Amino acid sequence: MSEFSINDVGIKVGLEIHQQLATNKKLFCGCTPIETEEYSIKFQRKLRAAKSELGEYDPAALFEKSKSKSILYFANPESSCLVEQDEEPPHELDVDAKRISLIIASALKSKIFSEIYPMRKTVVDGSNTTGFQRTMLISQGGYLEVDGSKIGIQSICLEEDAAKILGDEGSVRKFGLERLGVPLVEIATEPFEANPKHIKKIALALGRILRSTKKVKRGLGSIRQDVNVSIKDGGGVVIEVKGVQQLEQLEKVVEYEAKRQHGLLKISKKLQGIEWSHNKNEDRKITTEQFKKCKSKIIQNAIKKNQEIVTIVFKNMRGMFGYSPYEGIRLGKEVAELIRFFGLGGVFHSDELPNYGIELNDIENLKEFLKIKNNAAFLILAVPFEMIDIIVDQIISRIYHIRNDGIPIDTRLATQDGETKFLRPRPGAARMYPETDIPPIIISKNELELAQKNIPKSWDESIKELQSIYEINLQLAEQIFDSKYIELFENIIKNTNVNPTFVASILCSTITNLERSGLDSSLLKNDEIRKTFEILEQKKIAKESIEIIFKNIMAGKSDNVEDAMNKMSIETVDETDLEKIIQKIVDENEQLVKNQKERSIGPLMGIAMKELRGKVSGETVNKLLLKNIQKKL
Amino acid sequence: MPEYTGYEGRSLEFLKSNNIVVGDSVKILSDLTYSGIIMPRYEHSDNMHIVLKLNSGYNVGLEIEKIKKVEKNEITRKIIEKKGKIEPTQGLPKILLLSTGGTIASKIDYRTGAVTPILTADELNASVPELAKIANIDAQVLFSEYSENIMPEHWLAVAKKINEFEKSDYSGIIIAHGTDTMHYTSSFLSFSLAGFPIPIVLVGSQRSSDRASSDAALNLIGATKFITTSNPKGVYVVMHLDESDNTIACHLGTRVRKNHTSKRGAFQTIGGSPAFIIAENQIQENFSGDYFKIKEYQPKIKLDTKVALVKYHPGYDPNLLNQIVEMGYRGIIFEGTGLGHIGKTMYESVKKAKGKGIFLGMTSQCIDGRVRMTVYESGRDLLNLGIIPLENMIPEVALVKAMWVIGNYHDSEEIKKIMLQNVASELSD
Ligand SMILES: [Zn+2]
Repeated sequence: MSEFSINDVGIKVGLEIHQQLATNKKLFCGCTPIETEEYSIKFQRKLRAAKSELGEYDPAALFEKSKSKSILYFANPESSCLVEQDEEPPHELDVDAKRISLIIASALKSKIFSEIYPMRKTVVDGSNTTGFQRTMLISQGGYLEVDGSKIGIQSICLEEDAAKILGDEGSVRKFGLERLGVPLVEIATEPFEANPKHIKKIALALGRILRSTKKVKRGLGSIRQDVNVSIKDGGGVVIEVKGVQQLEQLEKVVEYEAKRQHGLLKISKKLQGIEWSHNKNEDRKITTEQFKKCKSKIIQNAIKKNQEIVTIVFKNMRGMFGYSPYEGIRLGKEVAELIRFFGLGGVFHSDELPNYGIELNDIENLKEFLKIKNNAAFLILAVPFEMIDIIVDQIISRIYHIRNDGIPIDTRLATQDGETKFLRPRPGAARMYPETDIPPIIISKNELELAQKNIPKSWDESIKELQSIYEINLQLAEQIFDSKYIELFENIIKNTNVNPTFVASILCSTITNLERSGLDSSLLKNDEIRKTFEILEQKKIAKESIEIIFKNIMAGKSDNVEDAMNKMSIETVDETDLEKIIQKIVDENEQLVKNQKERSIGPLMGIAMKELRGKVSGETVNKLLLKNIQKKL
Repeated sequence: MPEYTGYEGRSLEFLKSNNIVVGDSVKILSDLTYSGIIMPRYEHSDNMHIVLKLNSGYNVGLEIEKIKKVEKNEITRKIIEKKGKIEPTQGLPKILLLSTGGTIASKIDYRTGAVTPILTADELNASVPELAKIANIDAQVLFSEYSENIMPEHWLAVAKKINEFEKSDYSGIIIAHGTDTMHYTSSFLSFSLAGFPIPIVLVGSQRSSDRASSDAALNLIGATKFITTSNPKGVYVVMHLDESDNTIACHLGTRVRKNHTSKRGAFQTIGGSPAFIIAENQIQENFSGDYFKIKEYQPKIKLDTKVALVKYHPGYDPNLLNQIVEMGYRGIIFEGTGLGHIGKTMYESVKKAKGKGIFLGMTSQCIDGRVRMTVYESGRDLLNLGIIPLENMIPEVALVKAMWVIGNYHDSEEIKKIMLQNVASELSD
């Protein structure tokens, strides 16, 4: 095993940012996307691969089809209509989404097409009821500047977001329709050479350009980034990695993927030196009988589920499945990923056996039964009978591909721990078909000029402007700008006299801190936040109460400010009552006041705040106490 | 495919002067460099753009004015459909699949950019490989027309074609048909081919078969299962029961109507459940009894198109009715209000029509339910004027039946008799 060094492989990276637009409407119907868990509509579908415009089947579509899941959709009439159910043709393209995408393209100096063709991008995993995602190429070219260097833009597309996956149940996959059809802008950069650390910075810069338009959604799930990774000797193969949730993950994912690709090239080279080919009739055999007594739990469970135990023999391949050019990179792992993709767990290769409850005598029996030679390798896998050929064919063709052509062209998924796993074959141009339900969209000179005029200020300018208008410091300005509360912040400042720095720090740090302690900020609606600051301005609550109120709401104990105030016994005290309370405290502690003079304010403050915490600010109490103490003296 | 599909004027000139045609792989130098295949252009578009399918698969329109240079690539990939052919399996039942067009056989039409019914019956068959496991299917194309372009002469052509297979080894006949007027065609076949010895099943789809979510395949599979399993004589319409892909409904061809513009489950049996429900591996029978009320097959493949369907509404101008009479129409089916009424203002014109010996039948625009013209005095007036109540016959079915009856019989008493006689389950209890 050799040490992997990222600098030796000539890594190139492209970013794909998917950003939801804040139009509050879907791209091809008037529905409002609302998060929901209540579904009154439920229906079941099957999707089939259809031929492309050029008369070909898309490999990714065929592959998905071979998984043959049946799909169950759940819908809420508040957030979806017949369009999302694929029971009605799409309505016209939403003008807002079109306008915003043109502004974004103009901001990135991308060349906008004057005739745009809505396309159907085949997606038969069920995440689109239609079996395709509606997408259109808005522009190509352009760039963004990051730290003085230009990062090229490849393309900008406007497309529909997919349905939300709710989970799997056996061979049924469940989706919710509320997110389906939400407008997304997809920005793909040209591949650039950068070390993994810079990639994060570029992704951040792209995100900031989008946010500068103030027309994009913020918060969890509203922006997703895919990354394309290739290496110098990879023969032009670009691997698309989807589902990078956080920018922090990017760096690790890129490094792992480069290592995997370089490792596969080494495996490929080694495979080329081995005389191996697969014979359909001889090299794959059902060997369930031979494993009836095997102690492996995985195998026994599979047999119980009526699956077959299949053995695939690979002549002359001994050692190949376990060969590990770099740590964690093995042919065995590539195969296991593929099997897992079909929802199956059990695959063992000869280089790791005996192990996992498969004992030496199981192996000896198998070798004798199949007359496996010593220099051969074999895979043992548990598969439902009807899927044997589909799955074995997939494994064999993947190994052939690695040997003959190197890195297989996959779409991969980022894992939580920064690795990538097989998602599906990379779709080709055959997955695109014109959307016949919508005529081509013409972009007029007027629309282009309007978009030019509406190019937002750069991020730096926006931050400077925030600082000067609201007199807040740089850090707070950056935080509030990147947060999901920027519009709310400006709105609160416009409508109340509360100090901007205070508002910003509540929105950025107080809420974030509560979130870090495990509370849910999505429970705290913007209207409630706005109301809280209005109540504060009317001096009905103290500054200190805000955190108490938000904590209560974010913990799910109340759903509005009034409720939270009740629950936490936050009451408002009017000035005469307050006067009386303070006076009473001072009267009752007359001796203390006489003895300690002004210093008595310390202990008295404690007594007063016990009664008034959350109702009146400490500052006010302090002032009143001092006034009353002085009166007494 | 013509070499310049859809290109006109300047864009056509541009292609010719650069010596390129649709399907050529090119590199175009404009504000950027674009590589891809020249695609056909839709009619009704301007002639300032050419359409390019980029290597990414996206189609875009490029402004001719901005193009600086066009380079043709040596390797050109022509847009040629690869066609599948299915080999028959011994021992399976045989089914004849006739295609007439419709969404079920549709894919993109470069003339308009919308879909058009151009799939052949063979392609349709090949695109649903499951069919070959249930039956051996012979496919023929009759025509490629959308519903709205299917005319009575098309009904005649279909009926005549089917009549050729009265004595054949087919277990049944499937007709791929556009959905909008499918129940007119199914009605005509029901009357003209009354007693036909094997089931005739019309199948359509609400989503074209060029998309993964098409309902075409499942409707075809449902029809095939229905024929090979149940096999009762009759004319049926097989479509999705609802928005789900797991149940297919089989409706009686004279009791069915399209009741939604776009849903998969748009077809409904009026006044009852679908005759059969085809689920994964079983067929639920809601209809027992004979579809055709005559036992022997007696084809009567003739019709008279001089029959009008008149939907009465407040403010209907009686002169319109006079016009119909003057145009020599021989039958009028009213779609009256409620139990079967038309306003007093119509009486004079109705009298005139009756005087000319025109057959006058009454159905209801309520669609569901029976006309009953003895309940109110206006109904009785109309009966006296000679309008024949047509029970619970669906208006469109009554129209087709009147065309057929008038085309085959001439005596007005006989016309009236047959109109009220249950021929093919068009009247139900
Ligand atoms: Zn909708």
